[in-house]
Amino acid sequence: MMTDLYHSQRAMRNMRRAAMQRGVIAILDVGSSKISCLILRFDGPERLREADGVGSMAGQSSFRVIGAATTRSRGVSFGEISVMNETERAIRTAVQAAQKMANVRVDHVIACFSGAEPRSYGLAGEWALQDSVVTEQDVANVLAACDVPDIGHGREVLHAQPVNFALDHRSGLGDPRGQIGNRLACDMHLLSVEASVVQNLLYCIKRCDLELAGIASSAYVSGISALVEDEQELGAACIDMGGGSTGISIFIKKHMIFADSVRMGGDHITSDISKGLRVPLAKAESIKTKHGGVHAMGMDDREMIEIGGDSGDWEKDRRQVSRTELIGIMRPRVEEILEEVRARLDAAGFDHLPSQQIVLTGGASQIPGLDGLAARILGQRVRLGRPLRVQGLPQAVTGPAFSGSVGLCLFAAHPQDEWWDFDIPTEKYPARSLKRAFKWFKDNW
Amino acid sequence: MQSLRGQSLRGQSRPGLRRDPAPSRTAYRMQRLWLTPMFRVVMRVGLPVLLVALIVSVYLGSPTRRANLQASFGQMREAVQQRPEFRVSLLAIEGASSSLDGAIRDIIDVKLPQSSFDLDLEAARNRILTLDAVADAQLRVNTGGVLQVTITERVPAVVWRKPDVLELLDATGKRVAIVLARSDRSDLPLLAGEGADKAVPEAMQIIAAAGPLVPRLRGLVRMSNRRWDLVLDRDQRILLPADNPVNALERVIALDQAEDLLARDVAAIDLRLQERPVLRLAPNALRTLREAKGIITTVESDL
Repeated sequence: MMTDLYHSQRAMRNMRRAAMQRGVIAILDVGSSKISCLILRFDGPERLREADGVGSMAGQSSFRVIGAATTRSRGVSFGEISVMNETERAIRTAVQAAQKMANVRVDHVIACFSGAEPRSYGLAGEWALQDSVVTEQDVANVLAACDVPDIGHGREVLHAQPVNFALDHRSGLGDPRGQIGNRLACDMHLLSVEASVVQNLLYCIKRCDLELAGIASSAYVSGISALVEDEQELGAACIDMGGGSTGISIFIKKHMIFADSVRMGGDHITSDISKGLRVPLAKAESIKTKHGGVHAMGMDDREMIEIGGDSGDWEKDRRQVSRTELIGIMRPRVEEILEEVRARLDAAGFDHLPSQQIVLTGGASQIPGLDGLAARILGQRVRLGRPLRVQGLPQAVTGPAFSGSVGLCLFAAHPQDEWWDFDIPTEKYPARSLKRAFKWFKDNW
Repeated sequence: MQSLRGQSLRGQSRPGLRRDPAPSRTAYRMQRLWLTPMFRVVMRVGLPVLLVALIVSVYLGSPTRRANLQASFGQMREAVQQRPEFRVSLLAIEGASSSLDGAIRDIIDVKLPQSSFDLDLEAARNRILTLDAVADAQLRVNTGGVLQVTITERVPAVVWRKPDVLELLDATGKRVAIVLARSDRSDLPLLAGEGADKAVPEAMQIIAAAGPLVPRLRGLVRMSNRRWDLVLDRDQRILLPADNPVNALERVIALDQAEDLLARDVAAIDLRLQERPVLRLAPNALRTLREAKGIITTVESDL
């Protein structure tokens, strides 16, 4: 099973390399409320890197956004594709508009999605070094030595990132290559998702004549873009409140160590409003974005909101609600989402981290007063996060709803080394490799 | 079952939502195709070129159309060429004497007025150059429709007496004209003998060197197409060698000035062999001398 995974993920990596050589790659954020497509152009190695002393800035200076398009999502619910051809149509819309803006044709996309019930596993492996210096082959061996848990039938590995290396008694090594020791151990974070969801996405992208050059969890990529560097280093959780699901990712030492998702999001708040006020979903959405909130004050009793309607019945079409009533509908659902997030964080042991920063991002995090409510439920250190600024990004896509998209850009530019980026250990090759033949020659001649 | 068609999800009927129609698969593919650089180049450059080439080749495929096109093009060109701006109506000849002028007008054979496009100036020039009296000719069409012919005439330098005619030659030996009598050009020196025209420059050098003998000079005779004889009055001859005749002549002149040689009764001075010059006395010259000295000879002789 692991070999299969190697092959498909390696094929995607090769595709990404090919796209880098062509210099143009598209990223596609398939969300439940919107599908956004950004087209990146890579101008080769970064310039001005040494001169201005700013450093590589997570690689976002090596590319430029040349096309951006967002379309209302169709056929996606809970971050999973539910109606294939509608989703295909939406992807087509977004890709076409972005291509039109960029005036360039893209063939490779990197996609992310939020649903598919991600589950995190911590893996550990050990390897006794042949000679005392750690080589690339040793790293591959120690990764291969990790005991893979039973991730269940019909699930696939989305991310498998080495998080920590330990050499003898020294732990916390980022890159052990070239160091001297006897026993190499590693910790790996493995994220598994429902295979059928990934396959649906693959199928939709293939139907749009595009090649998938990579796939990522949106909780992970929005963490990359919304958390600042020290938060990623010291430990923080990113809560990406999307339309159909809320993604949770925990970072420490610049590695994601946990990811999960709550299958509730902004769309549920909208549907609550729609049900509570008996208005269409589109109207409920506009009421939520214009008047929504989570803290009712005395002023809100007097602020009356026209909820309207076009039934022709005067009484129904002239209805008004106070903002307090609206908040009364929204707040329980927001609280429910945050409580669920709290439970997931507790289950992951978030309270053991040295720094317990929580960053709220995603479209639903724009509800006024959310940070106050979240501070009560999740802990005191809560802030609202916006995505990192990257070159050429239009103003319209700099909001918190686009953390995932921007994070995916960064992921496309500098993907973290994953399991499949290392060579398959020589012993695991099905046939005798050339290397072994060469070794035999060297030993016997 | 309508919802399976996806109609309800398309959004056209839902109020309050921005219309965001998805492109059809074909439209999407066409756009992607159009954004392919190679395809764009082919469509924007290759296709128009191909189309134009196709139309032109189909049009020119038929021989009648080709002929028509050629004819109409010819007419158009004709119309432009026949415009008064290009008409040449006057022939002006410069630098030619009046008799030569007439000869040139006869030989140039250009019908005026004529379009300047139809004039063959090169041929006309070649025809003019066939005249002996013309050294060089320049033809150009000037403004105002004037065909300007500028002639450089040959300057006659010597008169050459041939067995039947008298010819004028220029300094290089080219024939210039025929004269009827020697007295027509008595200012020019006279040459005679076969092949004299080939050695005119040498003859000119000899005449230039003759200096004090010029008043007595009757002419130069080319002997055996090889060397010159200088003929003076009283039928005196100076036989010059084939090579270095000028030096030999200068020697004679020096001798003449020292010894008054040519004033004596000498028929010929033979310098053909440099190391052995020979004097030929006139008949009775020696007897006359002896009589004058009182030496009477008994033997009658011509010498």
